[in-house]
Amino acid sequence: MNQRTPLFELHQKTGAKMVSFGGWEMPLHYGSQVEEHHAVRQDAGMFDVSHMARVDLHGNGVRRFLQRLIANDIGKLTVPGKALYTCMLNDQGGVIDDLIVYFLREDWFRIVVNAATRDKDLAWIEDQAGRAPEVKIEPRPDLAMIAVQGPNGRDKACVALGDAANAACAALKPFFATEVDGYFVARTGYTGEDGFEIIMSNDQAPGLWRALQQSGVAPCGLGARDTLRLEAGLNLYGTDMDDHTTPLESGLAWTVAWEPDDRDFIGREALEEQRKQGVRRKLVGLVLLDRGVLRGHQPVMCADDLRGEVTSGTYSPTLGRAIALARVPASVQTGDSCRVEIRGKRLDAKVVKYPFVRHGKSCLPDL
Amino acid sequence: MSEIPEDLKYTKTHEWLRVMEDGHFEIGITEHAQDMMGDMVFVELPEVGSNVNAGEDCAVVESVKAASDVYAPVAGEVVEVNSELADAPETINQDPYHQGWMFRLRPGNQQDADKLLDAAGYEQAVAAES
Repeated sequence: MNQRTPLFELHQKTGAKMVSFGGWEMPLHYGSQVEEHHAVRQDAGMFDVSHMARVDLHGNGVRRFLQRLIANDIGKLTVPGKALYTCMLNDQGGVIDDLIVYFLREDWFRIVVNAATRDKDLAWIEDQAGRAPEVKIEPRPDLAMIAVQGPNGRDKACVALGDAANAACAALKPFFATEVDGYFVARTGYTGEDGFEIIMSNDQAPGLWRALQQSGVAPCGLGARDTLRLEAGLNLYGTDMDDHTTPLESGLAWTVAWEPDDRDFIGREALEEQRKQGVRRKLVGLVLLDRGVLRGHQPVMCADDLRGEVTSGTYSPTLGRAIALARVPASVQTGDSCRVEIRGKRLDAKVVKYPFVRHGKSCLPDL
Repeated sequence: MSEIPEDLKYTKTHEWLRVMEDGHFEIGITEHAQDMMGDMVFVELPEVGSNVNAGEDCAVVESVKAASDVYAPVAGEVVEVNSELADAPETINQDPYHQGWMFRLRPGNQQDADKLLDAAGYEQAVAAES
């Protein structure tokens, strides 16, 4: 039996087509996935992301614990409210999950992890914390989460949040969060647009959702969320990286903090070794030159018989053509031509830098 | 419930078939099928002049979400395809039973259409799915 978020009934009333995702019954779209995509690129859209798991870490040992637990450096979080995107690695350097950490107080950090990996993550974190008894792990199923994204997302969200929250939220810098009026508001997201991710009690969620709708924010489903994140070149856990791929093979080297060099995070040894040996595979962007749609697992053929595979692909509503992330041998370069096999046919594609779209605008070179 | 015109024939795999005045069969996918798939972004059509068997996958429709095969409801020779869909695949969403037709067959046997579901039969088949 799938779990339901506190917004389930509102989704149904709005005519959402519901799907099963990571053990939850979630809206796929409310009519047109493409229109929802454009709403976020051009105006403002909102997503129920209550299925993602929020976990609070309490205690005086939390910072020390996170120094070891995550591959990015918790030391970068010096100001309360600051957020950090990071991978959590296993001993082999494989990605257990990607997550955001918020620094609230010296004895209180909050992490948000993927829905499908929640149980695996918690088991791992509890296991690691077993050696650090001063850390208390508190899952927060009592909290819901709404992402408001798009060029007008922040303005419209500030109206919906009301007077008290308005001033504090309007002043938020990117990758910062603040708590006001019972709302935990963070200027983060997963679409390549500006916006907020708002955490609140389950009871508060339907009211805020309705207020957002009244200020002109379009309800958007997981379908649009996927095309938006892929255009923005943001990895999806489980398809673009998993327990068997490292951040270095997944376009996430920028999230690995090598300094300070005595910080002994889990997976460091394996990553150091991989870096020394040379990373054999990497994640690149692909644009399909022919008509068609790129999809996960399609084989990619580059020059010199180099082979790779699409990790996630889609039709890009902003660009009007198919785009993908693909894992290919490290010698493949931006600008290279390649071919992708789709239903037995080999179609022409080009290796490009990603993001494909940023703040509503194409980042593609002339093709 | 989605629209299911009385004058068409249907398959359980959500194709519709129209018997045209010249005896050819026009084929597309149903309103229910396009609704399940969502926004169409790509269509691959059979080659004109090719012969298809009943139940053969002979075309592909792709929405943002997924790719799906389209099956020939009956055997025949492809005499025409709706090439306008290449630039406007969303026509299948907007008008699945008319502008969104996909291909036309010269049937091997005119009576083959009678073996397909009528509107009531298709409605039952859809209801049984959910």
